[in-house]
Amino acid sequence: MAVPVTQGKALTGPPVAYNSDLERLEIELLLEGIFRHYGFDFRSYAYASIRRRLWKRIEAEGLRTISELQARVLHDPEMMERLLLDLSVNVTAMFRDPGFYLAFRQIAIPLLRTWPFIRIWHAGCSTGEEVYSMAILLHEEGLYDRARIYATDINDVVLQQAKAGIFPLNRMQEYTENYIRAGGKQSFSEYYTAKYDGALFSPSLTRNIVFSQHNLVTDRSFSEFNVIFCRNVLIYFDRELQDHVHALFYESLSMFGVLALGSKETLRFSKYEPCYEKLHAREKMYRKVK
Amino acid sequence: MAYSIVVVGTSWGGLNALRELVGSLPADFRIPTVLVQHRHRQSDHLLSTFLQERTTLSVTEVEDKMPIEAGTLFVAPADYHLLVDRGVFSLSTDPPVRYSRPSIDVTFFSAADAYAAATIGVILTGANSDGSRGLRRIFDRGGLALVQEPTTAESPTMPTAAIRCVPDARVATISQISAMLVEAAKEGEGSSRPPRMRDDGSQNAARHVAPPGNA
Repeated sequence: MAVPVTQGKALTGPPVAYNSDLERLEIELLLEGIFRHYGFDFRSYAYASIRRRLWKRIEAEGLRTISELQARVLHDPEMMERLLLDLSVNVTAMFRDPGFYLAFRQIAIPLLRTWPFIRIWHAGCSTGEEVYSMAILLHEEGLYDRARIYATDINDVVLQQAKAGIFPLNRMQEYTENYIRAGGKQSFSEYYTAKYDGALFSPSLTRNIVFSQHNLVTDRSFSEFNVIFCRNVLIYFDRELQDHVHALFYESLSMFGVLALGSKETLRFSKYEPCYEKLHAREKMYRKVK
Repeated sequence: MAYSIVVVGTSWGGLNALRELVGSLPADFRIPTVLVQHRHRQSDHLLSTFLQERTTLSVTEVEDKMPIEAGTLFVAPADYHLLVDRGVFSLSTDPPVRYSRPSIDVTFFSAADAYAAATIGVILTGANSDGSRGLRRIFDRGGLALVQEPTTAESPTMPTAAIRCVPDARVATISQISAMLVEAAKEGEGSSRPPRMRDDGSQNAARHVAPPGNA
């Protein structure tokens, strides 16, 4: 491992102490290998997060080092499939951060009413919980019929799940609580049918939703939007990649369009901050002003 | 030894414990300090506000990619895991670990991996065993492990579990822990070495070899 051969120390025997620089090198090599062999680019993901996710996969496969994982990933596409899910699936909840949805209702909805047609991009929608949350909100505000939601994710597996609109029944209590705190106007259970251990959401909610694959790292802007939602996706990227995506969002937003980030994400560290004004500082809702 | 970061984990009873700890740190305490308190997923800035009233050090709730700065107390936000990287924080919404998000173990593991022996881990009162594996990791990387004396804790479960996992941890009251932190900060001053931002356990006599693994 970290023992220089020139010192004549045996390379076998008990492992030497953990070397974080060596591990960083192993991770860089693995991500470079994945990019060059499979084309998935995780090289600019936040190091501490990706490191944690890689080790989860290593443990699940009974491996011992990042380098062992590299050998397996490069020679076994099925291992890559499993790792891809580990690295690209972000966990969310319906009406996650109810305060945000309440603020959206109170501040963004009146702005949206002034537009004849509303195009919304939900970037990095994962399994779709927050897409359905927004569809419900728009429905209750009477704006659903003039809205079109483009829900995209890098991962087709999660998109298929999102499209199906079935969420675990055992989460409905938590989601109902969120929905109420988010200013929900009806009974949450009206939106789904319980079947076995799943809650199937009403197909009328997906009428104006287009699910499609899009890679924030490598793909370009594909339209102009009035609202861009990207909540708790950029936290998995490093600062540089975050700025790259902010450039994409800036290009894709119409003037006075709304940008919604996660509650603990901020434009403060981005060079695009001056292009936006805050609609709600705490909930990280912004409006493009130049 | 110049320390780069202090990570503190607490659960039940943590409000009083943190109030005491934060209130007893001097205004010139420089080591960046991370406070991970288990709390409800929808709790807001009250904890930061509450703690800010008790110290002249700057208290801030962490936002994604916030730089790790000296003289600041960083509060882990509710409903995210807080990961420490070299010089910067990252947040994650990965699933709760042992029902907790933030998980103390996750923060401690990441701090130990980023700062190795330049890490100080502190476990205070709590009614579960989160943090003990993370404290073990910090200790194994050559860092300093401190645990609140269980008999003085509002809930002794968490400190007791931490001591079981790290028998060589230093066990002390909160005021003693505060004094140890001040002492540790002084050790770093006057040292000719630059801050150990890129520290690495292999340079130090790590006491045990543990596989990197995960929380």
